[in-house]
Amino acid sequence: MLENRRFVIIGFFALIGLTYLLRLFYLQVLDDSYSIESSSNSIKRVTEIPFRGQIYDRTGKLIVYNTPVYDLLVTPYKARVDDTLRFCQVLGIERSDFDSLMAAASAYSRVKPSLFLRQLSKEDFASIQDIMVDYSGFEFAKSSLRTYTAPTLANTLGYVSEITKTQLEKQEEPYYRQSDYIGQSGIEKIYENELRGKRGTKFVMQNVSGVYKGPWKGGELDTMAVAGENLYSGIDLEVQQYADSLMVNKVGSVVAIEPKTGQIISMVSAPTYDPNILASRYFSKNYAALARNPYKPLFNRPVMASYRPGSTFKLIQALIGLQEGVITPGSGFTHANCPVGCHNHPATGTVALGVMHSCNPYFYNVFRRIIYKNNIKNTFKASAVGLDNWHDQISKFGIGQRLGIDLPSEYKGNLPNKKYYDRFYGEYRWKFSNIYSLSIGEGELLITPLKMANVAAIIANRGYFYTPHVIHGIGDKKKVNPEYLVRHETGVEPHNFEPVIEGMIGAVEGGTARRSRVEGITIAGKTGTSQNKRGDDHSIFIAFAPVEDPKIAIAVFVENAGAGGQAAAPIANLIIEKYLTRKVTNKALEERMMKADLMSKVILPGQKKPLPADTTKKKPVTETKPSAARP
Amino acid sequence: MSETKPITKNVDWVVVLIYIACLMIGWINIYAAVYNPEVNTSMFDFNNNAGKQLMWIGTAALLIVCILVIDYKFYETFSFIIYAVVIFLLVMVLFAGSNVNGSRSWIKFGPVSLQPAEFSKLAISLAISKYLSDPAISLTRKLKDYYPILGIIAVPALLILLSNETGSMLVFASFAIVLYREGMPGFIPAIGIVMAALLIITLLFIKWYIAAAIIVIAGLVIWLMPVMTRRRGGLWATILIAVVMIGIVFGVDFFMNNVLQKHQRGRIMVLLDPDSDPRGIGWNVIQSKIAIGSGGFTGKGFLQGTQTKFDFVPEQSTDFIFCTVGEEHGFIGSAIVVVLFIALISRLVVLAERQRSRFARVYGYCVAGIIFFHFMVNIGMTIGLMPVIGIPLPFFSYGGSSLWSFSILLFIFLKIDAQRPFTLSRG
Repeated sequence: MLENRRFVIIGFFALIGLTYLLRLFYLQVLDDSYSIESSSNSIKRVTEIPFRGQIYDRTGKLIVYNTPVYDLLVTPYKARVDDTLRFCQVLGIERSDFDSLMAAASAYSRVKPSLFLRQLSKEDFASIQDIMVDYSGFEFAKSSLRTYTAPTLANTLGYVSEITKTQLEKQEEPYYRQSDYIGQSGIEKIYENELRGKRGTKFVMQNVSGVYKGPWKGGELDTMAVAGENLYSGIDLEVQQYADSLMVNKVGSVVAIEPKTGQIISMVSAPTYDPNILASRYFSKNYAALARNPYKPLFNRPVMASYRPGSTFKLIQALIGLQEGVITPGSGFTHANCPVGCHNHPATGTVALGVMHSCNPYFYNVFRRIIYKNNIKNTFKASAVGLDNWHDQISKFGIGQRLGIDLPSEYKGNLPNKKYYDRFYGEYRWKFSNIYSLSIGEGELLITPLKMANVAAIIANRGYFYTPHVIHGIGDKKKVNPEYLVRHETGVEPHNFEPVIEGMIGAVEGGTARRSRVEGITIAGKTGTSQNKRGDDHSIFIAFAPVEDPKIAIAVFVENAGAGGQAAAPIANLIIEKYLTRKVTNKALEERMMKADLMSKVILPGQKKPLPADTTKKKPVTETKPSAARP
Repeated sequence: MSETKPITKNVDWVVVLIYIACLMIGWINIYAAVYNPEVNTSMFDFNNNAGKQLMWIGTAALLIVCILVIDYKFYETFSFIIYAVVIFLLVMVLFAGSNVNGSRSWIKFGPVSLQPAEFSKLAISLAISKYLSDPAISLTRKLKDYYPILGIIAVPALLILLSNETGSMLVFASFAIVLYREGMPGFIPAIGIVMAALLIITLLFIKWYIAAAIIVIAGLVIWLMPVMTRRRGGLWATILIAVVMIGIVFGVDFFMNNVLQKHQRGRIMVLLDPDSDPRGIGWNVIQSKIAIGSGGFTGKGFLQGTQTKFDFVPEQSTDFIFCTVGEEHGFIGSAIVVVLFIALISRLVVLAERQRSRFARVYGYCVAGIIFFHFMVNIGMTIGLMPVIGIPLPFFSYGGSSLWSFSILLFIFLKIDAQRPFTLSRG
């Protein structure tokens, strides 16, 4: 009996098969609304390139948007240019350009349109549109140009350019085509998939001479281009530009973070360039000039450059010391029996005073106690165990690893552990006396400005941080990357931060950074002076303010500018005041910092002396108008 | 085995030929799908999907040789062990899987990534067949005999659901076919079909009207049944059925709005009305229909497709491979594919029916049912008759896991079938 069920089953299979055959027959043979290509003479498919997403700052101001421009396309076999001379004059190109552009187009395809001139502005388009009617085989295509509200944030935003041949071949799913644009660095690269949107198709009818006759089938089969998603950043454009102006003629970085959220308020990589020059049609010329510049303006210093943290690192040493219980807020140390030198300052009987006066022997002793806390008799073994314990605690501050910011090529820095020294000296053949320079942030430590700003944010928060990020909202719904909502704990208890913060306030009020204090705002800060082989010390300062309710944490690095209090601290404090109060009271200091030319002190790798002043000041090509667009 | 016989002896050549035809047509269309006129694309370049698929086909051939060499009793004896191994892999993927497109369902073995969910079909088929091979078990009479089967299906289903791979889980519905063949009362699949119909009606019409219509029909049945059939006692049953159906109508609404995830709801709504969301999910369906529809009767020719190139149809070489067939080879090509599948499945049913052991028969039906379900859902979605559910077209879609699992599934059955003449003589 049950055997007969096979007929029901085979019958069901056949029924579905038959249904599908009928449906296919209907779709493919009977219903002609889909057979577009067969009538391709009268119906043309137009690909619509969506607008790339725009980027906003924290106050809602636009940072990046799109300007409509027009590309001129040529279909070689249709092209008729009888008076080449006039044609070239109209477009403002040379005869030789004309020949090479035509040759390139023909080499690509005789029958398909290819790019002739790109990115003509609306005005140019208007002035030559009428004349171009005389020349068949040429058509305009609407396109858009990345435009920047202010000439700032070049490295953070990155740039967009035509897809390269390797990228075209390497793409996983075939989305991009030749001459498509793609984000190449910075935010444009990281958020490429969100920003690019979705291409659309339109089917339009045209007559024999290609004149538009309206949408086909009332646009029933069209798919609209979907604009890319807008991105919302924590950048404060006003503060960003102010920070830029302070970093003119200097080499270094500024990173400002909102401690409560991890949003980046400002990020300066100096020297910088106007991002508009890489969006223009002179991209290749300008890019080549930037790539040749010895100060490497394309190098995104806040996340890629590495420095020794210098004295700013003492803050972390103090925090670990307090948390480990090897010192108390009232512990004091003198300069006696210490291999590291120091300057003249009052006695340091507490942690706060140690921080305030940035006393080298003080932190030599703190570090020594951290390393030897484990009471192992053999000093070699004790150092090894102690260093690894110290390494683990410092790691929680994000040092020695990538923080995970939404920018490409973040450098992870270096935080040495036992294995690291074993490679140089051999296992148990080194001890505290070989590594004590770590205590004051010198030696083998390497950090990025971003990480130091994050340390300031940790201290402002009294123990935790959110991964620093530029973009906090994606699309109209302001979707948040969940990784940026995770609270990272450092394991240092909040009460241990108080003596350190007290010392940082002291440093600004009457210590190493006293010359740049701001009236009416309590700033907690710490200077650092990073030794390097090439020239004067790098000037470093990290700070946060207001102490009572921290709204901004900042790190400023100025290369070869001397002590932390000389360049970095004034710049940082001016930015803090600007962000918190929107004005600056100390105009004299502001002017002095803006005018200071510290670039002339920078000695580049492989050089013995600073470069002569005017080698790099060549003007980029910026005008977007074809040079001879007159009738 | 004392004498040496070729391992291909008694293998059903009809199935093998259809299998090879499917692989070749699939591979050619994958090449057409990834073909880019602006970049020189080679069929044998391992950097593109066509070249990789060739590699998968080669390895599948090796697997088939292994399957044919192994003694046929192995599969029956080790069926529960194979099942346990796959369950283990499914658990492992939850913890150690790598994330692809929102589904955490891939395991990496060196350079090769596998999707254990693909192999769960094989494991369940073997386990159900083994369980049903006990002649004491009857699906006609004893309800409690169903529980182990439900358990065999539910465990992997749950694990797959946890890894967010709903599409592969729905395939398990195909086991209804084998259960029906083995004696499950006919009203159960009937209820399933009625439920599906109700679901669609509920989404298309206002639910109060449907409820009213059900009440009217129930009233008619109660009024007419005694007259027509001269039977009584149907009153309460009819009322109960009507109440349950109305409950379903309102339950579906609740289910759609509260249980399903947004994208799943969207896929069902788009099936009913693709224009409801032409930029989002409807986009896939519209593009896929345009591609297939534009093929016409004879198609545009190999590599001449325009809709399926680049970005118009998504998941070109995997789930939407049928679009390429439809566009480039037209109705003729599409019909050949449909006929190939129906022929393959029917042949499998015929083979299953001639088995002497219940294990072999049940397994044969499992294989036929699984391939049929994939065929029905995959092609159905590309021509707008089924919701967009991401499951591959067997032997056609690009992908190692799917090709391997279908090949293994099929050739284990062919091996068992090949040994059929010897099963009795060996006792």
